[in-house]
Amino acid sequence: MSLELNGVSKTVGGQPHLYPIDLHLEVGVLHILVGRTRAGKTSLLRILAGLDSPSTGTITMNGQDLVHIPLRKRSVAMVYQEFVNYPSLTVYENIASPLRRQKAKRSDKGSAASPDIDARVRELAETLHIAHLLDRLPNQISGGQQQRVAIARALAKGADLLLLDEPLVNLDYKLREQMRDELADILTGTTTTVIYATSEPGEALAFGANTIVLDKGRVLQNASALEVYHRPASIAAASVFGDPPMNVFAVEVKDGVARLTGAEFSLRQASDHLAELDDGTYRLGIRASDCTLETTEANHLQLPGTVELCEISGSETYVHMGCSQNHFIVQEDGVFPHQLGQTLTLSIDPSRLLVFAADREGTLIKSYHR
Amino acid sequence: MADIILADISHSYVAQPDPSEYVLRRVDVHFGDGEAHALLGPSGCGKTTMLNLISGLIHPTSGQIRYGAKDVTRLPTRRRNIAQVFQFPVLYDTMTVFDNLAFPLRNRGRPDSEVKKRVGEIADLLELDSELTRRAANLTPDLKQIISLGRGLVRDDVAAILLDEPLTVIDPQRKWQIRRTLRQVHEQFRHTSIYVTHDQTEALTFADRVWVMNEGKIVQEGSPDELFRRPEHTFVGYFIGTPGMNILPCQLVDGAAMVAGQSIPLSDEVWQQARRDQGSFEIGIRPEFVELVAGGDSTDHGQPGELSVTITAVEDHGRFSIASAELGEHQIKAKLTDRVPPAPGQNARIRFAGGELHLYRDQRIVCADEPSGDHRPAATPAGGN
Repeated sequence: MSLELNGVSKTVGGQPHLYPIDLHLEVGVLHILVGRTRAGKTSLLRILAGLDSPSTGTITMNGQDLVHIPLRKRSVAMVYQEFVNYPSLTVYENIASPLRRQKAKRSDKGSAASPDIDARVRELAETLHIAHLLDRLPNQISGGQQQRVAIARALAKGADLLLLDEPLVNLDYKLREQMRDELADILTGTTTTVIYATSEPGEALAFGANTIVLDKGRVLQNASALEVYHRPASIAAASVFGDPPMNVFAVEVKDGVARLTGAEFSLRQASDHLAELDDGTYRLGIRASDCTLETTEANHLQLPGTVELCEISGSETYVHMGCSQNHFIVQEDGVFPHQLGQTLTLSIDPSRLLVFAADREGTLIKSYHR
Repeated sequence: MADIILADISHSYVAQPDPSEYVLRRVDVHFGDGEAHALLGPSGCGKTTMLNLISGLIHPTSGQIRYGAKDVTRLPTRRRNIAQVFQFPVLYDTMTVFDNLAFPLRNRGRPDSEVKKRVGEIADLLELDSELTRRAANLTPDLKQIISLGRGLVRDDVAAILLDEPLTVIDPQRKWQIRRTLRQVHEQFRHTSIYVTHDQTEALTFADRVWVMNEGKIVQEGSPDELFRRPEHTFVGYFIGTPGMNILPCQLVDGAAMVAGQSIPLSDEVWQQARRDQGSFEIGIRPEFVELVAGGDSTDHGQPGELSVTITAVEDHGRFSIASAELGEHQIKAKLTDRVPPAPGQNARIRFAGGELHLYRDQRIVCADEPSGDHRPAATPAGGN
């Protein structure tokens, strides 16, 4: 039982939007599709929904071909970034509409106000906290409430495949936080195959689900969210799956010593997982949360730098540092408005360094022990 | 440049408003000269109305607006001498970058020599030197927004710069660079700047003083650190920080806050303040300051100040985890950096880091539970001891 994509690609007007994609996805569970704007997330979801055809490739679900089934016969529901509802129908009728259509399909005799439809609508409205709005029209409720209606309608369909395209991106961040928690419960609790697209790696970690990293039309990794976090397949995957992006800097390794602009350090002393590195050039990756400022841990790699900006998120400070030719971001817990231009010492925890190839692919060579 | 003062401003979009029809309710604000300010709040809080009142696009139902000593309440925008940067860049597409930057000066009949000098300075600051001869039409949104900012800065006689969600169209990966430019520009010119946004990172990164708004009122004015460490209103605790502050209803009994039958000792200072007046009380503690007691998996109450909870969910974010726990019928979140996070279903004991617990009466802070004792609560109302 699986959802299989084989060589699925999409080219529009000679421009490749998706390069051939092979994916093997477990059915009945939640998958998170993580990528930046224009990575190809929407293109892939539209193909899975049947709204667009792939230029090449096949898609099967539980052995059945998906590409050639007419849209009406597909068991697919989709939630969009924009809050899409029937403007002239009440919230109740919006949620009930897919149920009525299914009922009409099954038997022509079924009365319009059937008790099981009513029960299902009220149950979904309860789950999504919109039970008090059932008599309103979409334009009489807030954006967050409209998106809840769209999600309730998608769930009402009871489709085999539920696709959500950045459903929270147009909401205020506080509402986003709250709805993310609620969606985590709803989406991890269903037996539907769900694909949830987002640009925020934090959502993948919060859902704790299987994660597909998409970048510039290519799948870079398909693994659990924590696996992608601790062992990103490449620099590009680490960069997409990092908020802020991972810090990357070049080093030259010779006889167990790594040299970078303005510093050098012994790999063996730094960390066990770096001890056996062959001579050559590499790129090292370190997350902002594994860097500190003005600390004096004995084996940490220390670099002097200049504060370029302090981004304060409310509970964290992201300090942008210029260190000779490299740019680093340091994550500090709490609020620390350092002066711009101030000189501070950056410390890197070597036990959290990732080693990538220095070539264009930037493939992961060594990771730390979790 | 000048202070900008809003004195007892109320505003309604209705001609004969009922009390419920006001979008701003008796707001008093003083934007200090040369400071970086932000107006932060959710959509519908009144922040855009406030910006439009400051710029003169609309006029208040009641109250007075002053730029320094000058009453501008009824003056139109063009007589207020302000620069504005909007959500979407506003440029003349057929003009070059140079001509766009020069426009506000030429429009005021400034001599060519001055135009050339000022545009050169601004282009230098914003690293636009190599772009000056290009037409604006085909530039990226980032660059267009930088040029919009440049147009605001090119006059050296503006009273203030107003910025309305200026990063809306900027690519997420590039936002930090624009934030840096905005901050550098502020530090160099020290214009009175007012930045309006619903996004906490935008506000806290740009501003030294942040005015948090909700439902037509200012709920707190403070530095980013003050908003994080000492929210004066439960809304600020909720709105600032991710996840926001835990806010739990409590009863006061003998020097302690009781939550779900469990007792949290209050400092004597807080207790003396709190017992004076009736009200509905809540405690507030940020998830960052909720600690798991090592080995605290038994169901007894442990040490004073420790609470028994049941872990309901754990999100592993790699370097930290967010644990949700049930405390009686309430839910509480903890941000944990322990190597091994607790498991859902597990009973655990938690405690609150010293000095980080706050008590609220009718959503307003009673006074901070600070260990150093260097903080004194605001003057008590007349009749206090």
